[in-house]
Amino acid sequence: MFTNSKRILRSGLEKFVRDRSSTGASLVVMTIVLFVVSSLFILQGMGEFLVVKLQEGVDMSAYIQDTAPEEEVSRIRAQLLALDQVKEVEYVSKEEALLRFREAYQGEEAILSPLDAIGRNPLLAHFNIKTSNPAAYPAVAEFLEGEALASVIANIDFHDREPVIERISLIVAGIRTGVLAVIVALSAIAVLVAFNTIRLTIYGSKEEIEVMRLVGASNWFIRGPFLVQGVLVGIASAGCALLLLFVLSFFASGELQSFTGFDLSSFLISQIFFLLFLQLLVGIGLGIISSFIAIRRYLKV
Amino acid sequence: MISYRNVTKIYSGKDVALEDVSFDIAKGEFVSLVGKSGAGKTTLLRLLLAEERPTQGQVMFDELVVHTLRSSHLLQLRRSIGMIFQDYKLLNSKTAYENVAYVMEVLGLGEETIARDVKEVLEIVGLSDRAGHYPSQLSGGEKQRVAIARALIHRPRVIVADEPTGNLDPYHTLDIVRLLLKINELGTTVLLATHNKEIVNRIGRRVLTLADGKLVRDEQEGKFIVL
Repeated sequence: MFTNSKRILRSGLEKFVRDRSSTGASLVVMTIVLFVVSSLFILQGMGEFLVVKLQEGVDMSAYIQDTAPEEEVSRIRAQLLALDQVKEVEYVSKEEALLRFREAYQGEEAILSPLDAIGRNPLLAHFNIKTSNPAAYPAVAEFLEGEALASVIANIDFHDREPVIERISLIVAGIRTGVLAVIVALSAIAVLVAFNTIRLTIYGSKEEIEVMRLVGASNWFIRGPFLVQGVLVGIASAGCALLLLFVLSFFASGELQSFTGFDLSSFLISQIFFLLFLQLLVGIGLGIISSFIAIRRYLKV
Repeated sequence: MISYRNVTKIYSGKDVALEDVSFDIAKGEFVSLVGKSGAGKTTLLRLLLAEERPTQGQVMFDELVVHTLRSSHLLQLRRSIGMIFQDYKLLNSKTAYENVAYVMEVLGLGEETIARDVKEVLEIVGLSDRAGHYPSQLSGGEKQRVAIARALIHRPRVIVADEPTGNLDPYHTLDIVRLLLKINELGTTVLLATHNKEIVNRIGRRVLTLADGKLVRDEQEGKFIVL
């Protein structure tokens, strides 16, 4: 058993090194496939980055009555934070609101002078609320507009922003669906291309398999070296694809960041182990499964 | 030892390759199987290796009906037969040494035994100095000698040679025939399919003649007769 396993491993290694045409063809195609799969993973990361960026631009404000007691305000803040999908609740006091207003309109006397003329702070304290998903804002608005909070909440600006938020929600959902569709479609194509390439290289070994059968080799003794070759091609192509990815990111990262704000190099470095795992999984998996299926038809005794 | 009993093989329901063929081969015999291309010689050999199933009749090896054998017994059967082909059928990614050693590896023999026996058999076929060469680096005659070494290495009980000299020049042809006779003298049964008249007449042993799928002649010291 041990001797046979050793021979199968050695034979697979020999095939990988000596059978240059089949190893070369599989290696090139598998590297391209893994590069495509990795690019899709990056595309998914970039899509998620853009989604987060869009979502961060969306918030809602709930204005608090001047008469609302402080403990009531704290209680509502705690209740808001306890709501599903509420990510952040910032309390802005009347004074802070005035300060921000002045900063925002610094130098614009036409806006600031009426404020000075009033002689008091007309702005209301408020909560700036962010959710993890734009689609969650209606539920938060419904909570704040409830009768129980009518004595505390003066008004919320959700309804003014509702069309924008809805639009962003749609775009976010669209990006996610689009990226997923592209990933599924291209992955399927990549897998089919790799599978067919390996099938063709094994078809080229048809006669070799026939000879092995005729000298009485068992199915595993015939199949084993092809599987080992598939594993080695998977590992080598994962290495090649990763190298190719880093070389390309070195040249493209700057451009991409200035265009979209997405830092490709940092993303790759932070995800390198997962990426390597993904490539090895896809590479070795494809190598083994394709070889196994392709060789099966020639093993009928 | 080998027995064909009323064997008929029909492909695709109408193409008759063999029709009611019966004969026996005893242990240690040298049998030449002759006939034109398409007479059914290769089909006859493929039936012995259970690569094909007869449409009717039985092919027996040591009282076992070969086409009813389970896969593990089939492997044993194939391991007791050494095959030699016209187109050599060597493993191109292996050297001459490795091609011969492969059969012993299949049998699970130890490295030392393999090294000793392969060296010995390569000496017998005169290829000791070409052991490290790949098939692409060998001549036709050398390739066939590697194929013979591979067929011999595990001391099979039968050698089946399907047109082994078909791709060789007269000099190499004689070389191969001498090797087959030598193998037979050592006790191995040889079944040689050929359409080379000169070889058959030179050997002067039992000749089975096939024509259009039928066994038309079976002579103990036969000659090649053009039908």
